[in-house]
Amino acid sequence: MEKIKIESKSRYYERFDAYSRFLHILVIVSFISLALTGMIIKFSGVGLFQTISKIMGGYAVTGFIHRVAAVITFIYFFLHIAYLFRKKNRKGLKFFDLLRGENSLVPNKNDYRELVATMKWFLGKGPRPIYGRWTYWEKFDYWAVFWGVAVIGSSGLILWFPEFFTMLGLPGWFINIATIIHSDEALLAVGFIFTYHFFNTHFRPDKFPMDTVIFTGKVEIDELKEDRPREYEQIMNDPELQKKLGDAPPEFLTRTAKIFGFTALTTGIILIFLIIYSMIFLYN
Amino acid sequence: MKFLIKTIFIITFVVTSLTAQSKDDQVCLDCHSDKTLTKTKNGKVISLFVNGKSFAGTVHEQISCIGCHSDVDPNNLPHSELLNKVNCAICHETPVAHFERSLHAEALKKGLSLAPTCASCHSKHEIYSSKDTRSKTYVMNIPSLCGQCHKEGTQVSGMVNPDEKKVLSDYSESIHGEGLFKRGLIVTAVCTSCHTSHDILPHTNTLSTINRNNISKTCTQCHRQIEQVHLKVIRGTLWEKQPHKIPVCIDCHAPHKVRKVFYDDSFPDDKCMKCHNNRNLQKVIDGKPVSLFVDYNQFKNSAHTNNSCIKCHTNISTAKNPVCLNSGKVDCSICHVPQVDDYNISLHGQKHYSGDKTAPYCTDCHSTHNVQLKRVVSSPTFARNVPELCGKCHREGKNIAVAIDESNRGIVANYRESIHGKGLLQSGLMVTATCVDCHSSHRELPRKDPRSTVNTNNIATTCAKCHLGIFEEFQKSIHSNEVTKTDKKLPVCNDCHLSHEINRVDLTDFRTQIINQCGKCHESVAETYFDTFHGKVSKLGSIGAARCYDCHGAHDILPTTYPQSKLSHDKIIETCQKCHPNSNRKFVGYLTHATHHNKDRYPYLYYTFWFMVILLTGTFTFFGIHTILWFPKALKEKKRIKEHLKKIYEEKRASEDYNRED
Repeated sequence: MEKIKIESKSRYYERFDAYSRFLHILVIVSFISLALTGMIIKFSGVGLFQTISKIMGGYAVTGFIHRVAAVITFIYFFLHIAYLFRKKNRKGLKFFDLLRGENSLVPNKNDYRELVATMKWFLGKGPRPIYGRWTYWEKFDYWAVFWGVAVIGSSGLILWFPEFFTMLGLPGWFINIATIIHSDEALLAVGFIFTYHFFNTHFRPDKFPMDTVIFTGKVEIDELKEDRPREYEQIMNDPELQKKLGDAPPEFLTRTAKIFGFTALTTGIILIFLIIYSMIFLYN
Repeated sequence: MKFLIKTIFIITFVVTSLTAQSKDDQVCLDCHSDKTLTKTKNGKVISLFVNGKSFAGTVHEQISCIGCHSDVDPNNLPHSELLNKVNCAICHETPVAHFERSLHAEALKKGLSLAPTCASCHSKHEIYSSKDTRSKTYVMNIPSLCGQCHKEGTQVSGMVNPDEKKVLSDYSESIHGEGLFKRGLIVTAVCTSCHTSHDILPHTNTLSTINRNNISKTCTQCHRQIEQVHLKVIRGTLWEKQPHKIPVCIDCHAPHKVRKVFYDDSFPDDKCMKCHNNRNLQKVIDGKPVSLFVDYNQFKNSAHTNNSCIKCHTNISTAKNPVCLNSGKVDCSICHVPQVDDYNISLHGQKHYSGDKTAPYCTDCHSTHNVQLKRVVSSPTFARNVPELCGKCHREGKNIAVAIDESNRGIVANYRESIHGKGLLQSGLMVTATCVDCHSSHRELPRKDPRSTVNTNNIATTCAKCHLGIFEEFQKSIHSNEVTKTDKKLPVCNDCHLSHEINRVDLTDFRTQIINQCGKCHESVAETYFDTFHGKVSKLGSIGAARCYDCHGAHDILPTTYPQSKLSHDKIIETCQKCHPNSNRKFVGYLTHATHHNKDRYPYLYYTFWFMVILLTGTFTFFGIHTILWFPKALKEKKRIKEHLKKIYEEKRASEDYNRED
């Protein structure tokens, strides 16, 4: 496919700052690690996973990796919270301000309107909605992770320290409940991220094969204008935001982003096929 | 009535002879009371003195001189110097008849000067009753009487077999001699008890009391019920019915040296070895040559070193030439009764007697002449050598490897890898179980036979020979038929530990297999085990993760409702603490066999699971539809943006061109 060469004079807009990009890398690394090592035990009856376990050095090693990745998850979770509060303080916002406005990831009425409008567009009964900085599916992604970390994380801690939690008064059978929640919620997270998130963000035809913005942080302003007209509008009207306009990301960063991104995407796709295989051949 | 007549007769006889004697004997003593009266015979001076006083106390005191010296006429004295010998047979018909055919008489007839006559033992005139302690034939005096000629160093002792040279000293040391001399037991056997007083015959004579065929009869004169005492040796009445099949008394208890010890035989080995020393000695059985060579040195180093050939090869007869012709197979049951009884019951024995050439006989395992005790390291029956010995037939590839149980292959190879095999062959533990410890050494039977030591019903007892403590625990467990009464098959040792493949319980193989072992009967529980953490990680090869027996107990397993159970309310915390040191009452509430498929038993899990399923299905369905609908639109969008960007690009370029022109 012939790629349209973007002139160096083209202006790029920085959608994600370095902090957020770094956190997303932490998410990718820990998430894939957790997914793989978790699936090994979830599908322990499948020979393929027993083999993978052996290759990785046995259940003790995969268990260790799983716990290390869990710690990374808790770290990025709290780093993100800290990021939000730091941003709030720096801009002199109130806590309530975090929950509303164009830049907030909290769903609002407009998201509902956009969802309906999107459905109309899908069905050919309306134009493409004028998306802003965060679309409703991106907000869903965000909250899926937020909710996922909370639910999978807390149930995981119960499984990690069952003696401690039962000493606090948690009934023994809740460990069984925690197992189901942990396992199935993780299945949901893995299944969602490796299919819909991948499609919505990278594999949809207008972004295919991937959108490197999460690694480079920069998006071409003309592309942004087409994709998110409302955000473009916002930038054009806000000199503060226009400070984020700049040159194309360095070539090496784009290349590294592509290598890393493709690796992660491929791993995710392989894992999703392994899950489908296991669900068909073993899962009860 | 008879007694009365006899008494009257004797009285009459005595009275008449008394009157005759006192008168006639006085006539004889007129001359023979002279101590200097002698005659010369063959150049020897013989005293003719008769002590009338001492004669008066003898058994013959009532008999006049001419009662014995019948060729003397008292009316015509002095009588001739050449009187006939006294014929004792006038009165003592039977003893003399016996004597006449005896060895002693034979020698006498040959004119041998050493040969004894009646008087040699009984003396001439001072003949006392054998019950009289003064008598030479009194039981206490018999050994010295016979010993006069037969003790060592005498002329006679120089003429007999070497082992008969020291009969008197041997006898003195024997249990009989000891009884007589040291304990004064006059019922003890003396020379005449076995050899008889007058009918003394060589043992080769079939009429002799010491002939092989008669000796037991002779001994049983005193040793009654000897068959009960020797039950292990002779089995009931075998001694009477088939004396040739069993050894006789003297085979074990040497004559003269009778002790509770075994000793040299009547048929010395060197007679056998004259022929069997020949390496080329053969016979032909079914057209195949069979060596009859016996390595005597090897035999002498065997466990049977103190036995002579004849002790096993009993069926030897002097009537045959050679004596051992067709003497048949050795019957080991002569001595080893319980072992052979067992063998006869065993499958080996059954097959052997039914003519199966592959079935082993005693000698196939123990060898023939080179029999070794099982504690001898080089013996094929030494513990370490047993697997090889049995493997001769039962090893993979050999003829009996699979004959009994098709599924049980690689018996010897598996054994070598088992904990028993490794203990024996690698760690050198001689107390380790070998084939024979479980299958018994002589009574091997297939496990389906209820008498077999490895039969399901007996295996626990068999294992208990070594693992008694475990057995006692097991007997109290729910798996014991003493606790559980059921028609179903209860597990026994080998259901979990396997038989030849038996493993160390702390190693991987056993720990990973045990779930399948328990799962054979407890199917659903084993399945749900794999739904929970312990089961899942053990599937991934974890050795530490709790297996069935880590929680339920192994041999002492009991239902959780029993207070003694490891999982009872009082004990479960302690049990979990083995791995989870901080176990507590709430912690042990973890459902180790939980499944979210059982709504009645585990409703919380069931509803949680279905909540999660709905959540997952809902999310995936929504976004599935979302994606499918989006795809065509996104394709169009791509095209639109592409064209749009192109336009912008062209516009930009146009404006740049315009600027340049400008």
